[in-house]
Amino acid sequence: MGALLGVLPFFAYTTIFLAIPTIIVVVGAFLDGRGHPTLGNLRALAQPQVVSAFVRSTVLSAVTATLGAVFGALLAYAVSTAREGGLLRRLVTSLCGVLAQFGGVTLAFAFVATVGFQGFVTLWLEHLGIDLAGSIWLFEPYKGLILVYTYFQIPLMLIVFLPAVEGLKPQWGEAAESLGGSTWDYWRHVAGPILAPSFIGAMLLLFTNAFSAYATAAALISQGSPIITLLIGGTFSSEVILGQENVGKAMALGMVAIVALVMTIYALLERRATKWLGR
Amino acid sequence: MKLRAARRRRQSTFRRVVVTLIGLFFALPIVGMIEFTTRAPGGGRTLDTWATLFNLGVIDRDYPELKTGIQASAGLVVLTVAIMLFMLVPTMTWVRLRLPGMRRLVEFVCLLPLTIPAIVLVVGLAPVYAWVAYFLGESSLWLTFAYVVLVLPYAYRALDAGLSTIDVRTLAEAARSLGAGWPTVMWRVILPNLRTAVLSAAFLSVALVLGEFTIANLFSRDNLQVAINQLSKRDASLAIAAALAALILAFTVLFAMSFVGTGRGSSRREEA
Amino acid sequence: MASTTKPGSDTVAGSGPDHGVAVTLFELRRSYGPIRALDGLTLEISPGEFVALLGPSGCGKTTALRVLAGLEDADSGRVEVGGKDITSVPTSSRDMGMVFQAYSLFPHMTARQNIEFGLQLRRMPTARRRARVAEMLDLVELSDHADRYAHQLSGGQQQRVALARALAIEPQVLLLDEPLSALDAKVRVQLRDEIRRIQLEVGTTTLFVTHDQEEALAVADRVGVMRAGNLEQLASPQDLYSKPATPFVADFVGLTNRLHATIEGDHATLLGTSVPLLPGSPRRGTAFVLIRPESIAVTADPAGRATVVTASFLGSTGSLHAVTDSGETVLTQIDNDAVATFNPGDKVTLVPRPNPALAVAAD
Repeated sequence: MGALLGVLPFFAYTTIFLAIPTIIVVVGAFLDGRGHPTLGNLRALAQPQVVSAFVRSTVLSAVTATLGAVFGALLAYAVSTAREGGLLRRLVTSLCGVLAQFGGVTLAFAFVATVGFQGFVTLWLEHLGIDLAGSIWLFEPYKGLILVYTYFQIPLMLIVFLPAVEGLKPQWGEAAESLGGSTWDYWRHVAGPILAPSFIGAMLLLFTNAFSAYATAAALISQGSPIITLLIGGTFSSEVILGQENVGKAMALGMVAIVALVMTIYALLERRATKWLGR
Repeated sequence: MKLRAARRRRQSTFRRVVVTLIGLFFALPIVGMIEFTTRAPGGGRTLDTWATLFNLGVIDRDYPELKTGIQASAGLVVLTVAIMLFMLVPTMTWVRLRLPGMRRLVEFVCLLPLTIPAIVLVVGLAPVYAWVAYFLGESSLWLTFAYVVLVLPYAYRALDAGLSTIDVRTLAEAARSLGAGWPTVMWRVILPNLRTAVLSAAFLSVALVLGEFTIANLFSRDNLQVAINQLSKRDASLAIAAALAALILAFTVLFAMSFVGTGRGSSRREEA
Repeated sequence: MASTTKPGSDTVAGSGPDHGVAVTLFELRRSYGPIRALDGLTLEISPGEFVALLGPSGCGKTTALRVLAGLEDADSGRVEVGGKDITSVPTSSRDMGMVFQAYSLFPHMTARQNIEFGLQLRRMPTARRRARVAEMLDLVELSDHADRYAHQLSGGQQQRVALARALAIEPQVLLLDEPLSALDAKVRVQLRDEIRRIQLEVGTTTLFVTHDQEEALAVADRVGVMRAGNLEQLASPQDLYSKPATPFVADFVGLTNRLHATIEGDHATLLGTSVPLLPGSPRRGTAFVLIRPESIAVTADPAGRATVVTASFLGSTGSLHAVTDSGETVLTQIDNDAVATFNPGDKVTLVPRPNPALAVAAD
C-alpha cells in the first residue's frame, strides 16, 4: 500500500486540474444558473447560431484534415527517403514540431503580413492586376481559415505519420519486387494497405486538432463567432442571458463528445497499425 | 546499367521537388513576416522595428505589456518544465517499478488532455482558478498548473519512450542492492540515463508554453502570445517581429534537441 | 542436371521437377566509397545445386546475393542465369525467390495470402492458384496455419511461409539471406534440414548466405568461404574441412590448433611425429601446422611431454586442453567416456594422426 503513496502527487494534481474541470463541464452542462438540474442547456444547443458553428467547425476541420493529411503524407514519404540523421530530416522535423505547436497568434499574423491588406503577396498581385477580392477573404471563416489551418495541419501530419512511413521495412518492398511486383503493385497491395490505418488515424488526429483550435481564429476574426471554439470563448466575455449561464458548458460538452468519438476510432486504428508495423 | 542507382536518383529528385514545393509554401508567410517588419515608411528596407524589439530600454518604457508578457512566459516555461519533470519522472518510474498494473491508468490520464480541447479545459478550469486566485493571487505564473496538464501527453510520450529503452527495474534493483535510497536512485541512476527523453519532454513543453494563447487570453492573464496580440493593435510591425522572434527561438530549441538524440537513450547493439 | 550428392542422402539433387538452371557470377566488383564489398568475385553454380556462401560480417556474401537478386548494382561484372546475361534486368523480372533474415512476411496478410502474392501478380487463374498454394503449404507442413498472420506465427513458421512464398512462383533461383540467423538454436537446426529436404525435392538452384559454418557444412553441396569481397575457397563441405586451401579457411571452418613444426619437403615434424602436408603449404623452414583437434591422439603417459589443463565433457564427445613442455597450447578431441580418466596435471603424450594438414610459414 505504501507503493500507492508514490503516485499520490500525480493523481492529486490531475484530479484538481484535469478531472475536476472535466466533471465541472460535464455536470455543469446539465445544471442551470441556480444549480438545478435541467436540459435547457442542451436544448439551447439547437439554436441556429450554435448549430451552424458546429457545422462550420466540422467542415473546416474535415477539409483541413484532408488537405493536411495528403500533403503531409507526401512530405513524410519524401523525408523518409532522406538519410537518417541527415540535416534535411532534422530541419524538417524540428520545423514541423514548432509549426504544429505554434498555431494561433503567430501564424495568424504571419498570414496577415503576407496575404492580408498590406501583405506583400497582396500588393504584388495588385501590381499584376489581380485583386484578392478586397483582401477580406483571409478573415472569412472558410477561405482564410482553411489556408491558415492547413499551414499547421501539414506539419502535424508529418510528425504523426513519419514514424509509420519509417516503419515500412525494406524487406517488404524487396520481397514484393522479387516476386515480380512493380512499384505500383507494391503501393497498391503492400505499402498502401499497411499504411492505411495509420493514415486515417493521423487524419482523424488532424481533425480533432483543427476542431479544437481557438487561438488562430481568435486572432483573425474580431467580429462574430462563426466556429464553435470562438462561440465558447465568447461566453467568457459577453453578457450572459439569464438562464443561459451554462450553455457554454453544454457547448463544451458537445465538443468533447465529438472529439472523444473521433479519438476512440483513432485509438482502435492505432492498435491495428501497431500490430502490423510492430512499433 | 545501374538500375538501383537510377531509382535512388529518382527518389532523390522526388524528395527534393516535394520538399522544395512544400518548403516554399511554408516559407512564404515567414518571408511575409520578415518583409512586413522591415518596411521603411518611404519605401525600401529598414531594421528599425527589429532594433526596437531588441532594445530592452525602449521595450521597458514604451511597450510595458510586451515586457510583462515576455517575463511571464519565461517564468511559465521554467515553472511548467520543472513541475512536469518533478511530477512525471518519479511517478512514471515508480509505476514501472512497483505498480505495473497502474500503467494503463496513468497512460490514460496523461493522454486524456489530447481529447479535451484547451477551450473546454478553460471552461472547466474557470471555477478552479477562482480558488487558485483566492489562495495564491492573480499572478500569470499560476497558469503553469493548466500548462502542465496541456503538456502531459507530449511529455508522457517522450518519457515513456525513454523509459522503455532503459531497463529501469534492473538499474533500480542494482542501485538499491548497493544501498542507495530512493532519492539517490532517481537522481543519480535513473535520471542520467533518461537524459534524451527528459530533454525531449522539456523542449516540447517549451514550444507549447511559448505558443499558448487560449487559456491565458480567456483568463485575462499575461503571456507572450497575449502580449503580442495586444501589441498588434498598437504597432502591427513590432508585434509581428516579436511573433517571428518567438517562432525562431522555439525552432532553435527544437533543432538543438534533435542533435542531443545521439548517445544514450538510443540503444546501439554491439556487433560481434 | 544432378551435381554432387550428399553422402548418405538417398535423393539426388535435382531429381524433382526440372527447375535447375545454371547461375554464373562473373568478376563482380562493388565498392561503397573506400570499402570494397565485392572484389572480382566469380562463382558458377550448377543447375539444382545448393551453394552456401560463408564468411564473417563484411566479407561481401550478402552483397553477392543481392547483386544476383538485382537489389544492388555491381560496379562491373556480369550475372548470368540459364546462360542469359541478366545484369541489366530489373529485380521484378528476374524470377527469383528470396527469403530474408527478418521481416520476411507481409504483416497485413495471412500465410495463405503471402504465398498467393506472387501468383496473383502473375494473374494465375483462381483454381490453379488455390491448388498451388495448398501444395506449397503442404510442402512446408503449415496447412493448419494457413489463415494466421505473421505476428501469430513463430519465427520458424514465418520463415517456412517465406520459403513457400518464394517457391510458389517456381523461381529459377532460390536466394536465402541468413534465413536462420534470427531463430533459436534448436529451431535453426530443425529448419535447416527442412530447407535442404525441400530444396532437394523441388530441385531449384539455391544460393544460401550464412555466417554460421556448421550450418553451411550441414546443408550445402558446395560451400564458398568469402573474405574481403572474394572467394577464399569453393569446395564440398568435406574438402573444405579436411583440405583447407588457406589458413583463413582452416581457421574459420571448425576448430584448429596452430602448432610449431619444421618442414622437410612435403612433410612436417610436429610433436615428434611426421605429418603429410596439403598443397599450398611452404616447402621448407619453420612453420605453423593447422591441425584439427580430432586429428591428435591423446594417451596417458607418465613420461609424456604434455600436461593436461582441463578435460571437458561435451555430451556426445569430449575435449582435452593440454600444454606441451615447450609451452604450446593444444586442444584435442577425446571420447566422452575418456574424459573422467584425465585429471588436470596428468602427463600425456600427443600424437598427430597421419591426415594431411595445412602449414603456414612462421614469421
